[in-house]
Amino acid sequence: MVDREPPYPRKPPLSTSEKLVRMAGIGLVVLIAASAFAYVNGSLDPQRLTPARVVDVFEHSNGVHPGYRRNHPKGICVAGYFESNGAAAALSRAQVFATGRTPVIGRLALPTGNPYSPDSAAPIRSFAVQFTQADGQQWRTGMNSMPVFPVGTPAAFVDLLKATAPDPKTGKPDPAKPPAFFAAHPEAQPFLAWVKTAKPSASFVTETYNSVNAFVLVDASGKRQAVRWSLVPQAKGDAPAPDAKDYLQQDLTEKLASGPQRWNLLLTLANSQDPTNDASKAWSGDHKTVNAGTLVVDKDSPQLSGDCRDINYDPLVLPSGIEGSDDPLLAARSAAYAASYMRRTSEVDQLKAEPAQEKQP
Amino acid sequence: MSTPTTHFAPLARALHWLMALMVIAMLFIGAGMVASVSERHEWLLNLHKPLGIAILLLVIVRLIVRFCTRTPPLPADLPAWQALAAKLSHYLLYALMLAMPLIGWAMISAAGDPVMLGSSVRLPSIVAAHAETFAFLRKAHRYLAYLFFLTILMHLAAALFHGWVRRDEVLDSMLRGK
Repeated sequence: MVDREPPYPRKPPLSTSEKLVRMAGIGLVVLIAASAFAYVNGSLDPQRLTPARVVDVFEHSNGVHPGYRRNHPKGICVAGYFESNGAAAALSRAQVFATGRTPVIGRLALPTGNPYSPDSAAPIRSFAVQFTQADGQQWRTGMNSMPVFPVGTPAAFVDLLKATAPDPKTGKPDPAKPPAFFAAHPEAQPFLAWVKTAKPSASFVTETYNSVNAFVLVDASGKRQAVRWSLVPQAKGDAPAPDAKDYLQQDLTEKLASGPQRWNLLLTLANSQDPTNDASKAWSGDHKTVNAGTLVVDKDSPQLSGDCRDINYDPLVLPSGIEGSDDPLLAARSAAYAASYMRRTSEVDQLKAEPAQEKQP
Repeated sequence: MSTPTTHFAPLARALHWLMALMVIAMLFIGAGMVASVSERHEWLLNLHKPLGIAILLLVIVRLIVRFCTRTPPLPADLPAWQALAAKLSHYLLYALMLAMPLIGWAMISAAGDPVMLGSSVRLPSIVAAHAETFAFLRKAHRYLAYLFFLTILMHLAAALFHGWVRRDEVLDSMLRGK
């Protein structure tokens, strides 16, 4: 090597034992650093709830359907726009609430874990929407037709999934587990009371979709207002679901053939005593609501070729003027969706057109 | 030819220690956020992105400083394989400091997500939205992070080996000087 300098006067050489002690010292420093890293990344703590472990629980319950979302995998892409009436601009500085149009790409889906579930498998439908503002910032929201979530924390939700998961021996959920779970989780009562009366709807377009989680609107002066939001359909109808496996997609295509479908975006302003950190609790009593405008859907396309396929509807992708609340489910959804997105985008090559002979769940 | 310098330039040393702190913090933040479903995931992510861009800007300054200042040579009696390992590991460290923020930025772009630094600053996308590109970059970001951490551990062990066992001037050249 050309760039070496002449040897400096050396310090007296170390004895073998001195050398060994110092080498051990170096080894210890490296070991401590590596252990700290392993602690932080969860390797030393198999009990820690990590995004990957949450998604593993979904895969355990539902099986792996390569390329599909790990939850709500059966759905349809829709497109349209949000026509803001400006009424919410005083509450939030987000561009989407200024008077005018914002393009949206949405996804209507079934809240089961199997892309081949019959449409009546659950009495719930979901609507995920991505608003893209002119300034490039986005608002993504994943809404459900239930008014409250069964539980309030990520840990309780994972326990619920486990309690209702099929037993590997029988292929069916252990009948003793759900009652035990609900006995230990009284916070699920409002959801259970609602779900008892809920029926699978015959159409996506007659459903109300709720944010369920709370968010915070921030106005131009920095003033904050906690809210929950809902998409309330302008189409009315409570026809019973047909006795068929698949009917929602056909219904949507027919409804869109007759004209665009519309929902009002209703913001429910929290009162001071309303919990913002617990999606299992309804906000009861009188509330001020603001109708922020109309969401208009005028196109649909199959989810395997539509624009919604590669969108991760992470509820914490928010524009300036909308923020997450202190609801612990929001961070958990964001983290778990990222893990699901990473897995399914690695499997895109395995997505084919839906097979003619669909597997029954 | 002038006599070789015995220490790194003060600016080079300042950048080394500042970036050492930032890069190590960054690796721990990254490892911690992908292992969390709590609010920690959110605030670590909001720290990770601006810190990554800061590292990207600093490493550009640092490469300029590296080319414009004199660096002390390795000891003449260092075995050839160690001299080679020193050289290659430094190239690798510079390459990773430059590549990791760019991959992170490209990965968010490929997901079709707005590249937000904080609640209102948005960087342009540097890659078109494409699921397979995202998956590739996301995995590269993870595996290169592990490679980065291992290279830093080797760098640390080698520096201590110079300072505690060989007791030559290598560690000293980054610790102090004029």
